[in-house]
Amino acid sequence: MADSYFRQTALAPLGLAAKATDAPGEAGVLMSEHPLAEHVNLRGDGASVEFLQVARTTIGYALPTEPNTVTEGTNSRALWLGPHEWLLVAPLGTALVATLGRGLAGRAFAATELGDARAVIGLSGPNARDVLAKSCPLDLNPKSFGPGRCAQTKLSRIAAIIAQRDDAPSYEIYVARSVARYTWRWLEDAGSEYGVAIVAG
Amino acid sequence: MLLINCPWCGPRDEIEFTCGGEAHIARPADPAALSDQEWAEYLFMRKNLKGLHYERWHHSYGCRQWFNAARDTVTHEIHATYKMGETPPVVAGEDGVVKGGNS
Repeated sequence: MADSYFRQTALAPLGLAAKATDAPGEAGVLMSEHPLAEHVNLRGDGASVEFLQVARTTIGYALPTEPNTVTEGTNSRALWLGPHEWLLVAPLGTALVATLGRGLAGRAFAATELGDARAVIGLSGPNARDVLAKSCPLDLNPKSFGPGRCAQTKLSRIAAIIAQRDDAPSYEIYVARSVARYTWRWLEDAGSEYGVAIVAG
Repeated sequence: MLLINCPWCGPRDEIEFTCGGEAHIARPADPAALSDQEWAEYLFMRKNLKGLHYERWHHSYGCRQWFNAARDTVTHEIHATYKMGETPPVVAGEDGVVKGGNS
């Protein structure tokens, strides 16, 4: 993936950076698009203690084994997608696929870079949970879905991964790049009753 | 709308799932040795029960795992869900309660 001036986030044509504000004021919902990142889908034998140990040595922290949770390392994090499937997210240049390829060589695994196929929308603010609750069937009550949780579900009829980052609450919404605009407009419309402010991603 | 208890993810909305039909149908060990009649029985013939039915379900918009469910085809009540390879829950004493599984 050579650097290219064509390489931009899915929502870059909307000019969100120019619309971003530092002073969201009374807005109940803050929306942002996250910058491009490495998203690596990792598959391997999650039932194998040995595989999990080697993966831990390779990335520097343990893959989550509890369903729908996230573990974090210094500059990347891993989302549980299934008992044998994870999503690793790291800043561009981390070279996760190469690292995994070296560390897990000789074992049954698959590491697939998906970052360019994805868009990540940040949704936070006091009414972020209300907006999300309109669009997906997850139980978002803090008792069952809080910081450090993630889930794959349907968001307004789209397959999406939702992860909660903090108690603000702040959510990250991972969708396919091709439906990024639809998702953004849907969430912006759903949030309009609370006031939406665009902030830097 | 059903709330289905995925053995991995816990209770999730029905729209995340796909039903995969009758469960616990064993593939014949040596298909080549079967008559056409026997092969057709295996491929096509299903129980189509009224009442308690063991089914395969797929959490297609969630963790993408297949699992089994014991569902009543009349009331749509899902008595239990359990992972692939696990023993089906024991069914129905006189109280009609299914025991075992991840209910």
